Amino acid sequence: MGAIYVLWLRELKRYFRSRVQIIASLGQPLLYLLALGYGLSPVFRRGGEGNYLQFVAPGVIAMTVLFSSLFSGIQLIWDRQFGFLKETLVAPVPRLHIMIGRTCGAASTAMIQGLLVAVVAFAAGFRPAGWAGIPLAFAFLALVAVVFTAVGTTVGSTLRDMQGFQMVMNFLVMPIFFLSGALYPLEHIPVLLTALTRIDPLTYGVDGLRGALIARGHFSALVDLTVMGTLAVVLTWVGAWRFSRIEI
Amino acid sequence: MIVVQNLTRKFGEFVAVHDISFAVEPGEIFAFLGPNGAGKTTTIKILTTLLPPTSGQVRIDGLDPTRQSTEVRKRIGIVFQDPSLDQNLSAWENLDLHGALYHVPRKIRRQRMQSLLELFGLWERRDELVKQYSGGMMRRLEIARGLLHTPRILFLDEPTLGLDPQSRNQLWTHVKQLNRDEGVTVFLTTHYMDEADRVAGRIAIIDHGRIVSLGTSAELKSSTGSATLEEAFLALTGTEIRDESAGATDQMRRAARAWRGR
Ligand SMILES: Nc1ncnc2c1ncn2[C@@H]1O[C@H](COP(=O)(O)OP(=O)(O)OP(=O)(O)O)[C@@H](O)[C@H]1O
Ligand SMILES: [Mg+2]
Repeated sequence: MGAIYVLWLRELKRYFRSRVQIIASLGQPLLYLLALGYGLSPVFRRGGEGNYLQFVAPGVIAMTVLFSSLFSGIQLIWDRQFGFLKETLVAPVPRLHIMIGRTCGAASTAMIQGLLVAVVAFAAGFRPAGWAGIPLAFAFLALVAVVFTAVGTTVGSTLRDMQGFQMVMNFLVMPIFFLSGALYPLEHIPVLLTALTRIDPLTYGVDGLRGALIARGHFSALVDLTVMGTLAVVLTWVGAWRFSRIEI
Repeated sequence: MIVVQNLTRKFGEFVAVHDISFAVEPGEIFAFLGPNGAGKTTTIKILTTLLPPTSGQVRIDGLDPTRQSTEVRKRIGIVFQDPSLDQNLSAWENLDLHGALYHVPRKIRRQRMQSLLELFGLWERRDELVKQYSGGMMRRLEIARGLLHTPRILFLDEPTLGLDPQSRNQLWTHVKQLNRDEGVTVFLTTHYMDEADRVAGRIAIIDHGRIVSLGTSAELKSSTGSATLEEAFLALTGTEIRDESAGATDQMRRAARAWRGR
């Protein structure tokens, strides 16, 4: 247990020390939030869909968490290249604990990053429908963070070098984001797109978040929770398995 | 303390460690010498649970590193050949993290951290991030870290790489003292023959993955009719430079070749 805590703490310390990186990784979400939020608002409103900023904010928060938790994979590759991973793998601690500690750390920092964007969204005019949904929103943020940290860990454990990781990520990240319904409502879209959104894990995270924050979910919260919860367990298990196979 | 029987490790087709056998007694200081790419680090990785053997048997304090890895890990300390610090933590934090991973109680941890940092001349700069350290300081910190949890067996893979004479002297004095006072078993590699000569009880010489000679420094010298250990080493391993000198790229290329050859 101690190992999980200290590895979690390590990730947090490193996170808070990398101010430049924190600011830099806020750039993209802010662009989506402000440019799209304000830019598409008139069209969205004319379509009778309400305020686009309200709609897109949960999507952009989820996106932030997505990017930042997948980043855990890069962190893993770095730790391998800089050798620190060896130090943890040779300690008298089950590998599963090491993996869980790293995952908790990465998921926590991803959530903090998401919260930062939420604060900016609030400043930009985003208002949750009610405060009662906030705990549920947290739960969905956490699930998104855990699911994609697990994906990052899986890819980061399997590939040794940065180029490979980047390549895989290019094939993963953008599709996951654009097919998740983060930017558009899931109603009235073409059949093919509907099918694609249904197999995108982030869809359920974004939908759950949106349901909790602005009471505008496509699926019920229970469906979203079940899908994300199951994925969190399964993918963490896969990540742990890949992590256990790392050879130094 | 360490028993190795017919140990072989292959990377694809390439045999890095070829059927080696030896035993290290409790309380012994054992040096493992060999040219670049001889298989020293690979052997250490197997002994320290980081790499499974391809075949053969290994026992550390009677335990199997593959199947009883956690138990083995409790007993050993390692100073790796390559850096393994967290550059974005301070020296103090690196040590503290290590102590926590090895379940060293907090109070004892603090005391030991202070005395080790003082011993290796890092106490004043303990709160600086490691990335601001010089190469030698990082090396000293790695050594201090390896000693923090008072291991019963200490693996030192070229610990003095990049260290100044003062630090080297300090290190070996301390290692000998640990060995004498606390009976710590030491398994070390180095390319400095004088160090091996000074601290090691017995020396194994490995070349191309095979042990070519094993004995005390005096035995190695007399069996080759050499005046110094360095001469004996060259007599046993030849004077040619090894093409195995393995960088990461080398290893990758070799792995790729092995892969395609399948
Ligand atoms: N993961 C790996 N994949 C492929 N080949 C490897 C791997 N690790 C080591 N080797 C090869 O095994 C051989 C032995 O390497 P090892 O690191 O054990 O040498 P060493 O004796 O420690 O040398 P040095 O004195 O340079 O540290 C080298 O030829 C190296 O290229
Ligand atoms: Mg080596």
